[in-house]
Amino acid sequence: MGNGTGIGRVRGLGSAKHGGKHWIDQRLTAVGNLLLTSWLVISLLVLPNMEHETVAAWLAQPSVAVPMILMLISIFWHVRLGLQVLIEDYVHEDGNKFAVLTILNFYVLGAAAFGIFMVAKHAFTGAPA
Amino acid sequence: MAQNPNRPISPHLGVYKWGPHMAISIMHRATGFVLATAGMITLLWWIYAIASGPEAYASFQTYVVSAGAEATTLQTGTNWFFRLVALGVTWSFFQHFFSGIRHLLMDMGAGYELTTNKTWSLLVFIAAVTATGITALLVASRYMGN
Repeated sequence: MGNGTGIGRVRGLGSAKHGGKHWIDQRLTAVGNLLLTSWLVISLLVLPNMEHETVAAWLAQPSVAVPMILMLISIFWHVRLGLQVLIEDYVHEDGNKFAVLTILNFYVLGAAAFGIFMVAKHAFTGAPA
Repeated sequence: MAQNPNRPISPHLGVYKWGPHMAISIMHRATGFVLATAGMITLLWWIYAIASGPEAYASFQTYVVSAGAEATTLQTGTNWFFRLVALGVTWSFFQHFFSGIRHLLMDMGAGYELTTNKTWSLLVFIAAVTATGITALLVASRYMGN
């Protein structure tokens, strides 16, 4: 086994055994996004207007808050997988790649937690008048 | 990893003639990035504004949607900025949406014949622009009349 080139270092080690998970997760969340964003677009078109009273009462219903939370999970999971591939393809320097991937993970988890918390708080405490 | 810059490398993007399938591939990445950043941050701001009450919602509307007749120059400016962003995000959404359906179909093994592949690619572009136009007209007729 060589130690000079990348292929020389990994040759003979076998696969890491989780190569397919990233790919299948991306497709799973893609289908989730198709269904849930279609739901959001149709729901917004069906609303009579976009006044605060209307959308606040709409978002507080369990039948809206739950799919909204699921949509945030599905989208941000998909964002993490998708932008990870972009970064791995276009950021070549190891240190920069590590830094940008860290920022991506912080952004995705932070933004998803913020959105889910806001929807849950709104649904649990009721629509402010 | 140390690399010899003069090493032989395989032909890359520059040597191929551009076609719809190449354009749609790079567009899927670009629109994905737009949706992940501008799209999701605006959506989260909107959810935050709904959950935080009428004043936060009014602030969102003032800067993003329309500041009404007594708008300051800054507000009119941000309104038009966000209208352009909204148009870009809406188109990105439909482009990524239809392009994503194409990818899922291709994952099943369909659509690799040259003419079929070209037709699907062109259909995605047409569908995305059409859906964006319909959405923009709907929103304009419902919310920008007054």
